[in-house]
Amino acid sequence: MNKPIRRVAFVAMIMFALLLANGTYMMIFRQDSLAAQPQNRRVRDAEFAQNRGAILAAGKTEIAKTVPAKDRFKYQRVYPEGELYAVITGFYSYDRASSGLERTYNAQLAGTDDALFVRRLVDMATNKTPEGASVQTTIVPKIQEAAADSLGNQKGAVVALDPKTGAVLAMVTSPTFDPNDIASHDIEAAGKAYDRLASNSQHPMSNRAAREIYPPGSTFKLVTTAAALADGKTPNSMVESPDRLKLPGTRVFLSNSTNCGGTKITITQALKVSCNTAFANLGLDVGEQKLREQAQLFGFDRRHLADLGGVASQFPDKMNQAQLALSSIGQFDVAASPLQMAMVSAAIANDGVLMDPYVVSTVRSQDLKPIETHKPTELSTAMTPENAKDLQQMMGIVVSEGTGHNAQIPGVGVGGKTGTAQSDPKRKPFAWFTSFAPLDDPKVAVAVIVEDADIPRTDIAGGRVAAPIAKAVMEAAL
Amino acid sequence: MRAVAPVTVVPRKRRGVELALIIFAVGLTLGAYALVDINVTGELSPSFPYVVGISTLLAALAHISVRWRLPYADPVILPCVILLNGLGLVMIHRIDLINDPPLNGARQQLIWTAIGVLMFILIVTWLNDHRPLQRFTYTIGLAGIALLLLPLVPGIGTAKFGAQIWIHVGPYSFQPAEAAKVLLAIAFASYLVEKRDVLALAGYRILGLDLPRARDLGPILVMWLISLAILVWQRDLGTSLLFFGLFVMMLYVATERAGWAVLGTLLFAAGAYFGYLNFSHVRQRVGAWLDPFSDFDAYYQVINAQFGLAWGGLLGTGLGLGRPGLTPLARSDFIAAAIGEELGMTGLMAVILIYGLIVARGLRVALQCREPFGKLLATGLSFAFALQVFTIIGGVTRLLPLTGLTTPFMSQGGSSLVCNWIVAGLLLVISHQVRKPVATVAPINPDVEQTQLVKVGA
Repeated sequence: MNKPIRRVAFVAMIMFALLLANGTYMMIFRQDSLAAQPQNRRVRDAEFAQNRGAILAAGKTEIAKTVPAKDRFKYQRVYPEGELYAVITGFYSYDRASSGLERTYNAQLAGTDDALFVRRLVDMATNKTPEGASVQTTIVPKIQEAAADSLGNQKGAVVALDPKTGAVLAMVTSPTFDPNDIASHDIEAAGKAYDRLASNSQHPMSNRAAREIYPPGSTFKLVTTAAALADGKTPNSMVESPDRLKLPGTRVFLSNSTNCGGTKITITQALKVSCNTAFANLGLDVGEQKLREQAQLFGFDRRHLADLGGVASQFPDKMNQAQLALSSIGQFDVAASPLQMAMVSAAIANDGVLMDPYVVSTVRSQDLKPIETHKPTELSTAMTPENAKDLQQMMGIVVSEGTGHNAQIPGVGVGGKTGTAQSDPKRKPFAWFTSFAPLDDPKVAVAVIVEDADIPRTDIAGGRVAAPIAKAVMEAAL
Repeated sequence: MRAVAPVTVVPRKRRGVELALIIFAVGLTLGAYALVDINVTGELSPSFPYVVGISTLLAALAHISVRWRLPYADPVILPCVILLNGLGLVMIHRIDLINDPPLNGARQQLIWTAIGVLMFILIVTWLNDHRPLQRFTYTIGLAGIALLLLPLVPGIGTAKFGAQIWIHVGPYSFQPAEAAKVLLAIAFASYLVEKRDVLALAGYRILGLDLPRARDLGPILVMWLISLAILVWQRDLGTSLLFFGLFVMMLYVATERAGWAVLGTLLFAAGAYFGYLNFSHVRQRVGAWLDPFSDFDAYYQVINAQFGLAWGGLLGTGLGLGRPGLTPLARSDFIAAAIGEELGMTGLMAVILIYGLIVARGLRVALQCREPFGKLLATGLSFAFALQVFTIIGGVTRLLPLTGLTTPFMSQGGSSLVCNWIVAGLLLVISHQVRKPVATVAPINPDVEQTQLVKVGA
């Protein structure tokens, strides 16, 4: 009977080997995904009870910090300014996950990032509670406050960029929320607060500045102008600007909402008064291919600001001539985020060079040693320096003499462009404004959108609502 | 010319080795127990001196009884068993402390341990030899089957956690499958020793496999049907697998014919597939195994065991510092997950290896044994033990679908603990009979023998 017993022993050996192999497999391949499961209470509780690192605005202002607590968790997450920075920090909750930088920089804030490995070992050896790294943002409190105050209760968003580096100086979205409500240790109340926000028809938790796209309307005429300049035209090139333009291949007429000042005008004049027919003609002249290339050079069709989950703005393809004409004035299926339109102004202001927008400049460990530092990077050269300088001057004229006069700042040259767009005839239009200042040495580029603006559907009206907000933000930045 | 000295191999007793290993096992257990107290409450619990006293006393009694009555028994099995029993006690104590006020599961488990050790001592001192068991083949077999089917009797049997595997008499509950496992292993062994020739020799050869005659298929079909009955009515996949696996393996070892093993595996596969198609509880177990995250609430237990193992990682959170209480049934079915969480995958693997050691020693006894009943019994007990460990730890670590078997020596529960102590006792008894020196007759030296000359013819 020894032969079958040996075989049985072999089978038993295989069974034990399988148990050990499975344990090894689990540690190597399953452990991380299991720890990342949102329902994993062990991981969640441990993270929630941790001395999480702070999130800072410029000037060491703590916009998210951790304070000792006396309940079942040792620490409580606090957002001292409440709603003001919610779109940047996001929230950090017990059982409703997290958002914003709290989510993208979780490993660093929690101190579990690989870069903090040695530090963690030291903490373990010295029996110290591990502490997370702090995240330094580029947001400037003064500009952020100015943006939030001037936008007020209006639904919309404001983005301010440093054109030379791409740093996000301010980002405001409205309506917004108070992350303190969701971070509460009263788990039930926090859950209710979250559910209330999530079901709110005004979507207070959405980031309108970087994660929503809207028809850019006349602000897109900046892209069309840049494409025309790149195609060999000059600011003084003449372009047909009839009162009504029959869209090729249709029986529909495109009309102007402003007086263009003649039926053949310069491109400078067309931009100044935001003449629809002139830009439709320009777009048809340049062609779909070159217009798309120009839009992509400004950053369309790519995602930006991944730290905050930014989405890509869209320029449609496979268009007929009528659709191309409409796209040239920012209608049809063109859609852009406020961040994207701020990037357009920023690239023009930076003499044609588009910088990669970013919001986190440094991550520092508890001993203030930088462990991650962002270096400003160029995304593309959207325009030649000469063309960019021409376009800067043309935008200056829009503000000094044209539709953007509401953004004028005494003693400072400002370049800008208004826009009014609508996605649905039944909805109230969106008011846009994008600008930069000062004209001779740009330090800030801004884009503002106000949704459901209570205004007539004209460009001047768009400038009336959005331009003063941009002005306030630029004043704060200078 | 020098006479060749007679060769008699007298195995060494190795009781000293056993004692040293037992001291190590008891020391480890008590240290772990104290660590749990200190990590959870910051101080030793007032019952700690009693735990020290009772554990040491029980281990000493077990060792002395072996030293007295089974001096040649295997020296590794008893220390392994004591270590597993002790670690189980520590984990149960640790889970007791999660509740406020603490439960006293560890105290009950300690009482059951005492009963288990008592049974072990009875087997060692009073039974002392396994061969007399051969005389009661059918009595033991019928008792085993009766125990197995007892939970189905209305009024006695009760369902817990979806499986009808418990009986209740008055305030006491009992899981009879554990006792049936021991009884049936004995019955199978003696039945097969009697019938092995007829089962082995008559048959047909098809495709290179020797298949048995149709009329010899009776026993295997009966066992198959009983296993299916357990699966259908007791809703217990694990017990069903354990008994059928045990029987088929012993049949194979007794007859040395692979045909039985192949036939048995096919029959089990067919039964399992039938169960999968027809019973929602089997489907649910398989679903929890393949994709637990498809339904968080339904597969909560399996998922939480995974979370616990992942949280423990390679080295564990440390005794008393994990959160095994988040997994339901952490003290019984899922004690392996609790160990994996607090002692890490390393600790769990160490426990698996201790089980492996017991199985290896048991099978070694089977190989050394010279008479078929002992061989078959030792193989059966060891393999059933291995199968049980594989099924339950495999289920907890998601190698297999989960089944409701107990983790031998560790899960909380008296019936399982006592029966496994009996298994350990039987293995030691067989190993003693195997290794003890055979009573020797004085060697015959032809040179010294006086020979008588007989004259033939005159």
